[in-house]
Amino acid sequence: MTDLLVVDNLTTRIRTSRGTVTPVDGVSLRVREGGAVGLVGESGSGKSMTAFSILRLFPTPSAWVAGGRVLFDGRDLTALPESELRAVRGREVAMVFQDPATYLDPVLTVGEQVAEAWAAHHGWRGAWARAVEALGLVGLPDPAETARRFPHELSGGMRQRVLIAQAIVCRPKLLIADEPTTALDVTIQAQILDLLRGLRARLGMALLLITHDLGVVAEMCEETAVMYAGGVVESGPTESVFARPAHPYTQGLLASAISVQQAQQITKTIEGAVPDLRDPPPGCRFHPRCPHAMPVCRAETPPVFRVAEEHAAACWLLDPAAAAVRG
Amino acid sequence: MSGGTSLWRYVAGRLLQAVPLLLGIIVVNFLLIALAPGDPVAVLLGEYPAPAEYVAQLRQRFGLDQPLPVRLGRYVASVLRGDLGFSFAYRLPVARLVVERLGNTLILMGTAMTLAAIAGVALGVVAARRPHSRLDSAATGLSLVGYSIPEFWLGQLLVLLFAVTLAWLPAQGIRATRETYTGLAALADLGRHLILPAAALSFRYLALIARITRAAMLEVMSQDFILAARARGADERRVLWRHGLRNAAIPVVTVIGYNFAFIVAGSALVETVFGWPGVGRLLFDAILQRDTPVLLGVLLIVSATVVVVNLLTDVAYAFLDPRVRY
Amino acid sequence: MALVPARARPAYAAAIWDFWRRYARNRAAVVGLLLVGGLAIVAVLSPLLAPYEPTATSLRELRPPGTPGHPLGTDDLGRDILSGVIWGTRVSLAVGVTAAATAVLIGIVIGAVAGYYGGLADAALMRITELFQTIPRFVLALLVVALFGRGLEKLVLVIGLLAWPQAARLVRGQFLAQKSAAYVDAARALGLPSWRIIFGEVLPNVLAPVVVLGSLDVAQAILLEASLGFFGLGDPNLVSWGGMLNAAQAYLREAWWMSVFPGAGIALAVIGFNLIGDGLNDAINPRLGE
Repeated sequence: MTDLLVVDNLTTRIRTSRGTVTPVDGVSLRVREGGAVGLVGESGSGKSMTAFSILRLFPTPSAWVAGGRVLFDGRDLTALPESELRAVRGREVAMVFQDPATYLDPVLTVGEQVAEAWAAHHGWRGAWARAVEALGLVGLPDPAETARRFPHELSGGMRQRVLIAQAIVCRPKLLIADEPTTALDVTIQAQILDLLRGLRARLGMALLLITHDLGVVAEMCEETAVMYAGGVVESGPTESVFARPAHPYTQGLLASAISVQQAQQITKTIEGAVPDLRDPPPGCRFHPRCPHAMPVCRAETPPVFRVAEEHAAACWLLDPAAAAVRG
Repeated sequence: MSGGTSLWRYVAGRLLQAVPLLLGIIVVNFLLIALAPGDPVAVLLGEYPAPAEYVAQLRQRFGLDQPLPVRLGRYVASVLRGDLGFSFAYRLPVARLVVERLGNTLILMGTAMTLAAIAGVALGVVAARRPHSRLDSAATGLSLVGYSIPEFWLGQLLVLLFAVTLAWLPAQGIRATRETYTGLAALADLGRHLILPAAALSFRYLALIARITRAAMLEVMSQDFILAARARGADERRVLWRHGLRNAAIPVVTVIGYNFAFIVAGSALVETVFGWPGVGRLLFDAILQRDTPVLLGVLLIVSATVVVVNLLTDVAYAFLDPRVRY
Repeated sequence: MALVPARARPAYAAAIWDFWRRYARNRAAVVGLLLVGGLAIVAVLSPLLAPYEPTATSLRELRPPGTPGHPLGTDDLGRDILSGVIWGTRVSLAVGVTAAATAVLIGIVIGAVAGYYGGLADAALMRITELFQTIPRFVLALLVVALFGRGLEKLVLVIGLLAWPQAARLVRGQFLAQKSAAYVDAARALGLPSWRIIFGEVLPNVLAPVVVLGSLDVAQAILLEASLGFFGLGDPNLVSWGGMLNAAQAYLREAWWMSVFPGAGIALAVIGFNLIGDGLNDAINPRLGE
């Protein structure tokens, strides 16, 4: 299979009142055509900002892509002017967001918001019919009637289905889902994940799933990338990463996920907290919390080492010299 | 929830709530008459010579020998019958006098409000598009000045510039006095007379609307659903006007409606500057002539108008915000 | 008053200094302070600064600005415009500040009682507030002054009595938010009388937005006073900006200076107090993203 999306050394900065931070610092990722990649990390690891950076869409005007490339279907999205990027948004790459309560416009009908995604690329003619069709596709009962409803008249799970409908109405090649189930009840979560899996198979679209929940990744994605403090520390086939985690951070995540599946507790299992991105630690960013930290970890950023076929991690422990030292 | 009948029920409910407010206004009016120094009948007559039999008639009708609650009851009843007193300065019933002038005032207010709403919203949106840019600072400064300048002084300045110095536009009145126009020419003549007072009256309102619009737009444009609209490829124009302004319209319309009292005062002052023959000018003349019945009548009618406009504002709010539960 | 230990008392000097630094960062707010400060100096020193008695008439009528002895010209009765503008500052600021203070005081009492006690008292007081917000303030003020007579102290009283509803609503809202706070419960448990809890414990905590409103109220009061003056209902024995504009109306074609200078006085004073109000508001609630 060919690569659909290649994120290469992507860096994003945000200017804040207390200086500039770099929430995405040299991230590299790859999503194959029709494939599914899970991007995992704690809150504050920069995983959501990575998703926003791909389409150059930021929650704040003070953020910008400072370096790297985003190759989609062979085109570098970071080099596209805003007008051409707009043609990609929603049509070729679409997004589903975390909280359907705040990502839907409260004063417009849900039908208009789904139709808007179609109309932005194909004009308003026939857009409503497309919207109704998409609302049916995501399993909403009586889509023609639901289209005329306002967001506050729908339940949380139904709203999330609307958000998914507005994302798939143009049949995008890639769907970026940013914590699509976090704001939902547990029972609804499973339904939404089933829906996403079904749509992926039916429409043949690729999925970049951003989550803090390793269980979701195991269930949904063939490949996994683990982010920590603005960088990808380990990536590879989900099976391989879960079976033989090479980075101490991944190991910690998996160990805590077995006992507790709550993100907050992950932080507790691994000593310490995500570092302050305004003043990141030198060398490997994980070293202050790493049980195996060595002098070199404090001094130099680790390169990416190959662990197995397609499986790589950025950790000095994988250096042949370290293996020699540890015997 | 969003059905037609429930909206009407909501409107009816709001109308019912307006009734005690209207009664309260009548009571306030009554208390002013009762508490004012001097004979209440003299207050009701104004300082204009009135025929003795009318004075006697008033005395009897309001039963000045009766206790206060009875007098209040009689007063409320007479107001509800549409009797707002008699102006001896004009030799006309106050109600008729005010209603005759109301049309001219509504022309002026309507023009000024339309102007202020369109220009104010546009200015606010433009300012909010790039916060803290030079354009935004200019718009913010302009709206501060506009909000602070008294409209009657602005009116005088406009007269000085456009009527006295440049002699482009008439300074006084509602129509040319030397010639009689008909048809379209009469309308054009009215328009020429309307420009300066409408501009003077709209400026403060415009500034207020621009200020509110800017703040509301800044708030809306930082919401998640704006990001979502951009993510589905909607262009900036649609994001700004359809999502941004449609949401910002809710607070903006509320502010426009609830500051109607504000434009009432402005209108009285501007009419005085431009000799516009409306209710405001009537008010000014009534003070000069100590024609108290007219003052009382204007207060009642104008307050009732404010109640109605507030009511319309609430209805507009309900139409604009689907989340309102009737 | 600090009977209740649960409420942290800031180090006042440091807090005030910190507040001033936030305020001073806003250039417009500093301009407002300078404007108001300058006008206040003019108001206090008017007897020294004004070259003439503001009411002194002369035979030099309708002289344009630049006339020797009359830098801003004279009016239709030969009164000196500069002296009128200087003395008018005193009237406007005095009426504006005292009327706004009256309004805020009434608003605080009514709002505090309504918000603290709730229930019937709240419902009744809020209906009255609503009534006063509905009746157009300017028309009511006209009527009251016309019926009850003119004069400075009546002007202050009328404007103050008509402007309180906004303060009442604000204070009520703040009290509603505060009344279940831990320090209020603690004060109740200590058996403090209600009036001490209201004015000694809760009020100091909700005063900041009231001060902002007070500053904006001064601007509104100055405008209302000028409007009444323009309608010929100012104090007949004093020279006020509004009264000067009333006189100017009849001479617009002959004497632009009769209108321009007093009007500029009103505009500057109102802009000044509005800028201060906005600045205080921004300093109290720092905006996101600066």
